Amino acid sequence: MSATTAHPPTAESTERVRSMLTAAHPGRKRVDRTMTVLVWGAFALAMVPLISLLWTVTSNGIGRISMDFLTLSMRNIFGGDPTGGIYHAIMGTLIITGLATLISVPIGVLTAIYLVEYGRGALARSVTFFVDVMTGIPSIVAGLFAVALFTLILGPAARFGLIGAVALSVLMIPVVVRSCEEMLKLVPNELREAAYALGVPKWLTIVKVVLRTSVAGLTTGVLLAIARVIGETAPLLVAVGVTDSINTNPFEGRMMTLPVFAYRQYSQGLATCPGGESATCIPDIALQNAWGAALVLIVLVLLLNIIGRLVNRWFSPKLR
Amino acid sequence: MAQRIDVKDLNIYYGDFLAVQDITMTIEPKSVTALIGPSGCGKSTFLRTLNRMHEVIPNARVEGTVEMEGVDLYGSDVDPVAVRRNVGMVFQRPNPFPTMSIRDNVLAGVKLNNKRISKADADDMVESSLHGANLWNEVKDRLEKPGSGLSGGQQQRLCIARAIAVKPQVLLMDEPCSALDPISTIAIEDLIGELKSEYTIVIVTHNMQQAARVSDRTAFFNIAGTGKPGKLIEMDETSTIFSSPSEKSTEDYVSGRFG
Repeated sequence: MSATTAHPPTAESTERVRSMLTAAHPGRKRVDRTMTVLVWGAFALAMVPLISLLWTVTSNGIGRISMDFLTLSMRNIFGGDPTGGIYHAIMGTLIITGLATLISVPIGVLTAIYLVEYGRGALARSVTFFVDVMTGIPSIVAGLFAVALFTLILGPAARFGLIGAVALSVLMIPVVVRSCEEMLKLVPNELREAAYALGVPKWLTIVKVVLRTSVAGLTTGVLLAIARVIGETAPLLVAVGVTDSINTNPFEGRMMTLPVFAYRQYSQGLATCPGGESATCIPDIALQNAWGAALVLIVLVLLLNIIGRLVNRWFSPKLR
Repeated sequence: MAQRIDVKDLNIYYGDFLAVQDITMTIEPKSVTALIGPSGCGKSTFLRTLNRMHEVIPNARVEGTVEMEGVDLYGSDVDPVAVRRNVGMVFQRPNPFPTMSIRDNVLAGVKLNNKRISKADADDMVESSLHGANLWNEVKDRLEKPGSGLSGGQQQRLCIARAIAVKPQVLLMDEPCSALDPISTIAIEDLIGELKSEYTIVIVTHNMQQAARVSDRTAFFNIAGTGKPGKLIEMDETSTIFSSPSEKSTEDYVSGRFG
């Protein structure tokens, strides 16, 4: 069977259809171009401070980075002495943030599971409300809360890593809850029903289907929450204090963290070198230390994000 | 293996809303029972009460009894999880677990329940279930590939393999072919014909030719109007329903005069 045309197109009908199909609204094209420019402009504008920040921190900090800087503490380092390092602050940041993550992730993920899988009625609504309120707590308030809590238990002048971790948890839990809640909601209901229909109890369905399907998203949420608190300064300043020595025990004694270290070094300002600048005395060494610590902090966050991407790739559902 | 189901005076509610009213029917073992009727008449709702899946929806409840060989599925000592282990279900849209391989999807009923199974038993189960679902020859060389990489019809047969792997007494199918092309539909219909020698099968379908082709008995559901409960109008041998039904509305529906 051949497709024959009973009415071949005439010049007139061709012209009519062409005018119908090509009559572009001049206004629409103009709007399209304007919006494209606006969107790209906004993107470029947003990138300016980001690039500038990365460039400033890298160019100012990279000169200070050395093996000594990463592996030594500031113990017995005074004035313009350039031999100190930030090992104590790196350890403090890793330990306190790690502890905060250990506290926040179980609470946050379990709360999210409750809200998505079980929560109904007034209790679920009030949990959501209070999580929202917690999201807006200023970080210094969280620090003061943690200090007040431990002062009630242990008396005044208690300063150790765990207090800081508790303060960070207060900031971290709502972020974990909200992001994990969104991720769990993305798991299609059909998968839950498929598991129920196989005679799988609800808790096993949650553990083995819902959590397993959303684990990549949950990891991203947790990493975002960590990135949110790893640069906190104020709560750690009040809750953990400062120190120049290495302290890896979060249950006793003050600890240093990278943001607090950067703040302290910056506020020290220039050192006085009686003999002028030399190999043992550099006037602006404190500022260089602050930039170096800031760079290390950014690299830590970057590493966390890379790990998150890898976890994402390993665990997300595959098609082929 | 296959069991008989007796439904008596069943009312199904969502909260205060009566969705399906006063169903009494008998589902014969080793046969295919088709549920037909216009959209919203409660066929799927009724189907989901047969394995207590409707309880997943908050506030859903039933009155009346659903007895499998004389045991009320809604008895106080009956565990809904155990009911679902014995009454399998295949859904409208194929829903293989996206994080699992084809093999693991078939074994899902075992693996998700934390049951231990030897490698040899697992291999047997995978092969026999996939044979049972007419999928073995198509996937035997890629059992470790993700199930979501299959075509829609293959995914649906994978879901059937997954459902029969746990050896249920009854298999419920909620419009299993509505998302599939005619070739895949025929594959599934042939499969239903083979499966009925071992299982009691209940299938919801919008396709009356399909009901006529695959089922032994047909139940016609209808609804008086929006907000009114769905009701069972009549149930009989499929040939009777499609040739000389006793109710006028059944005849109108199967002859295409409405719905």
